Amino acid sequence: MSDLLQPLPRWIDVGVIPVLNVSMAMIVSSILLLVVGIEPVEAVTIMLHGAFGYDEGIGYTLYYATNFVFTGLAVAIAFHAGLFNIGGEGQAYIGGLGVGLAMLLLDSSMPAFLLLPIALIMAALFGGAWALIPAYLQAYRGSHIVITTIMFNFIASAIMVYLMVNVLIMPGQQSPQTREFAESAQLPFMHEVFAWFGVNISQSPLNLSIVWAVICCIGLWLFIWRSRWGYETRAVGFNEKAAVYGGINPKRVVLISMCISGALAGFVGFNEISGVHHRLILNFTAGYGFTGIAVSLMGRNHPVGIVLASLLFGMLYQGGAELAFEVPTVTREMVVAIQGFVILFSGALAYMSTPFLTRLYNRWK
Amino acid sequence: MNHSSQIVESAEQTVAEMSPPPAIELRNINKSFGAVQANRNVDLIVQAGTIHGIVGENGAGKSTLMSILYGFYEADEGSIQINGKPARINSSQAAIAAGIGMVHQHFMLVANFSVLENVMMGAEKGFLLKNSIGQARRKLRELSENYSLHVDPDALTDDLPVGQQQRVEILKALFRSAGILILDEPTGVLTPQETEQLFKILSSLRDEGVTIILITHKLREIMAITDNVSVMRDGEMVAHCQTAETSTAELAELMVGRKVSAATRSREQFLGDIRLKVENLSVAGSLGNKLLDDINLEVRSGEIVGIAGVSGNGQSELLEVLSGIRPLSQGQITINGQQFKAEDSYNAADMRELKVAHVPEDRHRTGMVTAMSAWESLILGYHHDSRYNKGILFDQAAIHEEAERLIKEFDVRPGDPEIKSANMSGGNQQKLILAREIDKSPEVLIVGQPTRGVDIGAIEFIHGQLNQLRQRGCAILMVSVELDEVLALSDRILVIFDGRIVAEVNGNEADTMTLGLMMANAHEPRSSQNLKGDA
Amino acid sequence: MKLLHKLATASTILMLSSAALAVDIKPAVVFDMGGKFDKSFNQGVYDGVERFKTETGISYREFEVTNEAQREQAIRKMAQRGLSPIIGVGFAQGPAIEKVASEYPNLKFTIIDSVVDLPNVQSVVFKEHEGSFLVGILAAMSSKTGKVGYIGGMDIPMIRAFGCGYAQGVKMADPSIEVIQNMTGTTPTAWNDPGRGAELSRGQFDRGVDIIYAAAGGTGVGVYQAAKDAGKMAIGVDSNQNHIHPGTMLTSMLKRVDVAAYNSYKAAYEGNWKAGIHVLGLKEDGVGWALDEHNASMITDAMKAKVEQARADVISGKIKVHDYRSNNACDI
Repeated sequence: MSDLLQPLPRWIDVGVIPVLNVSMAMIVSSILLLVVGIEPVEAVTIMLHGAFGYDEGIGYTLYYATNFVFTGLAVAIAFHAGLFNIGGEGQAYIGGLGVGLAMLLLDSSMPAFLLLPIALIMAALFGGAWALIPAYLQAYRGSHIVITTIMFNFIASAIMVYLMVNVLIMPGQQSPQTREFAESAQLPFMHEVFAWFGVNISQSPLNLSIVWAVICCIGLWLFIWRSRWGYETRAVGFNEKAAVYGGINPKRVVLISMCISGALAGFVGFNEISGVHHRLILNFTAGYGFTGIAVSLMGRNHPVGIVLASLLFGMLYQGGAELAFEVPTVTREMVVAIQGFVILFSGALAYMSTPFLTRLYNRWK
Repeated sequence: MNHSSQIVESAEQTVAEMSPPPAIELRNINKSFGAVQANRNVDLIVQAGTIHGIVGENGAGKSTLMSILYGFYEADEGSIQINGKPARINSSQAAIAAGIGMVHQHFMLVANFSVLENVMMGAEKGFLLKNSIGQARRKLRELSENYSLHVDPDALTDDLPVGQQQRVEILKALFRSAGILILDEPTGVLTPQETEQLFKILSSLRDEGVTIILITHKLREIMAITDNVSVMRDGEMVAHCQTAETSTAELAELMVGRKVSAATRSREQFLGDIRLKVENLSVAGSLGNKLLDDINLEVRSGEIVGIAGVSGNGQSELLEVLSGIRPLSQGQITINGQQFKAEDSYNAADMRELKVAHVPEDRHRTGMVTAMSAWESLILGYHHDSRYNKGILFDQAAIHEEAERLIKEFDVRPGDPEIKSANMSGGNQQKLILAREIDKSPEVLIVGQPTRGVDIGAIEFIHGQLNQLRQRGCAILMVSVELDEVLALSDRILVIFDGRIVAEVNGNEADTMTLGLMMANAHEPRSSQNLKGDA
Repeated sequence: MKLLHKLATASTILMLSSAALAVDIKPAVVFDMGGKFDKSFNQGVYDGVERFKTETGISYREFEVTNEAQREQAIRKMAQRGLSPIIGVGFAQGPAIEKVASEYPNLKFTIIDSVVDLPNVQSVVFKEHEGSFLVGILAAMSSKTGKVGYIGGMDIPMIRAFGCGYAQGVKMADPSIEVIQNMTGTTPTAWNDPGRGAELSRGQFDRGVDIIYAAAGGTGVGVYQAAKDAGKMAIGVDSNQNHIHPGTMLTSMLKRVDVAAYNSYKAAYEGNWKAGIHVLGLKEDGVGWALDEHNASMITDAMKAKVEQARADVISGKIKVHDYRSNNACDI
């Protein structure tokens, strides 16, 4: 019956609701901050300044955002196919493994202009392949992809630890990490890129992979909304029955979309391994795959929304670190709590205010 | 308009003359949703102990009005009086308390509950279920006897035929002491025989003093059962009349706002070659049961073959298997000489390659992706076509140009290719699907329920399109639960029951009653030479 | 080494004498992922710097990292503010310290559990295998079933080194005793999973083990609890954990990260801070075993004599305890 209510116009859905959700998260966070005796306005100022106030902070914010764009897009493409890819974390991990293996093998014998594209391809191949297995199990064996992708996160982690501890570890090294790649296998940092043009900016982990993230956004938009395969993906996601009616093979769509999803998540490995650490280490994924779910939800599974949500989360990560640094009474647990509120209100409770706003909007109209 | 307003006046006069208060009196009801005024100054008076029909096209405001009466919505303006007393109905609980019961189009029954459990659900008293079960059983028996509504209280609801399930719904309402019963499109799922039984029940309820509101789009039923009828159009009441003083033609005209011509099949013959041939086709269900059993049929170019049957007897599976959605288990299908057998893997795309178009039964769930825009819905199934693609991307300009042409040619409203398909009315969605399928000049058209839930005006248009296609030599296989439609359009009629074709009748010789009996498989077949299976 | 030894044994005297030499320092510490309250490694550092704070009244800047990228960021931020000495906790901070320390050659850095070869970096590493060797001897001598267990945290070379040293101690005391080893996991959650620790312990007890050495951070709490519940014994790690369950805690293998952290600040405060590699083993009192009122009744004189002899032999070089990390293998 309620379908007779006019749905909210797009500008409210993508504009007002996210702002409202973040505001609610901020109000709850402010209460938390007040309880421990911190002025919320000051805290927000510190966070904003830390995230956007100076070039190093911006660098870190954008570096985090780069990872979130990759994992956010990964969740989004799967979501358009009606799949919930919880395995971004594992796919990113294995994607990074692909990069690491290739670089360790080839960095002594190849120039940068060959190595970097190879790194990119390896990240996509490994990440995609890691997503392909759960996709196959979902399409042909009926194993639910949420369960399998979660399990594959653990398997990825176990494989990485095994390889790092037993095989790839640099000899005589106490921590499980490989040797550093040769210079030619290192994706330039943005501060290096800027230096080529004579502009000096502070060091940060931000590297050229942000350019690739932007390309991925545009590419994914074209794929989803402007290509027949994206059309098939969305058809399956919205309504599998109608898709079958339209001669679309949903199993193939599941495989293709999950492959793309895994490849996108794998690019986190590209950013982290080629761009930041220049060696294979453990735990470089740091939960980016999981945060990608919130990013995608908040960004309404649209590249533009995902970019904005990624910036927000990048801001929360970097600004949060700044807050913990500047105000000793703010523990890192509190920063996690604030991030958690934002995820809760804009992810899990994303549509909480929709019925209310819909009624308000219809009355106002 | 002049004509209808006179009728309104006369209805009011009749009301004034009668002495007991009307069961329902709605005055000046207004309700809008955003910019859409769903009900505008609606008055409705329903006399106690009568059957009152409400007719109108989809979107005319019938459902909104009944939702206001049953407490789903509150009116923006206007007053409600029940049995002469003002009432404020802001929830379905309030409606039940006021003595109003509703039988929904889609039953609200728990399938794995017994009849008794369903009837008493939500009306249990006390902490222990045991006491209320005893009471409920007694009350249910009384009700069944008083209104001659016989249902086994211990039967599992899921096991009951649709007609009996509907009785359970009616009993549910009566159990809650409903003196006013609203029935929303009650006959949509019934065979003619079951419909007749329902009408008998409704008459006896009326004789016992129950007031009944019947919402339907089938004018023949209005004429058969109601005492009074109100007609809605575009959110307004356009007429109230006594059923005895009106006619289907007049009502149809009032509903649509113009004269409507009934669909008829042109009697000219265009018979050509066999385009679609089905031999010994069987389809197994997931439990190994046969959903379709040894089906044989053929459709020639220029012929409409209608499949009549009560829904759920294998029609859906037949449509799906012929259009490539569902694999077959045995037998073979031949389309334009190309054979498909159980071991062949093929899908809907392969069928479209052979110029088989398919207008599915369920446009919402199958025929289109309602979350997509109109232009996207117009390429479903043809999205790989080279005319829509340029390199790896869609040719946006070409697709939009074509979408605008189709929308214009098939008069799809609103005529905006960007609108979400879900936001179009049922009739327009159906037109969109027809536009997509017919425009590719198919050689075989598989069509299910071509006009289900579609306005009278659109029905006329759709029937016209099917007839034109037939003239152009397309082989059309049509499944419909609307017997009138099957009768009006088909050259030949096959009756399906329990997954088998149980009878074949020439379109010119068929009539509703015999077909109805065949559909219930209660008929001794006349022309046994056409039968493919024993009934 | 000498310095540390002196400080550890005679810190009060030094404290008195240091007042005159005190330099105004602005120290800082970057804790790792476990957080400063991990009841283990990071908390050891926290205890050390807190002790410095209460003794001198000099407060320190701190940061707890939450992801890989923050290590370098936090250390650099500390350096930008001219803080010194900056302690990096854990081997994972090695590369970040290396990078930032080379950018700020005038500041002092201390890295714990890793080696960074720079003129302004003090690297403190421990011979965990030596301490583990001693508790292995104690375990072997206490076992009645002839089977002892080891539960490691996250499966990394350092934790294997713990296990390897332990096994060597066991075998030295009694070659017939079987050592059953388990790792809690392969991810950092293995450092803080008491439930899993308890589960693994029960599994080992079922296989006949009657004493378990846990080198697993917070996971150890579950191991100790399981030992208490089953009436078996457990050995603590890093700090003295004997007090947790007196009666079932046989001893604890001490790894004095607190001393390392405290000494770094203290030395800077007194103006005698030195860069270079500080390897802390039995000889330097950087590792050891804990004997206090909680476990005195469980340690017989024979055990005490044997373990002290072994300690002396290791220090003198008579016994060589193999370090797993030297060749990534445990050759017993």
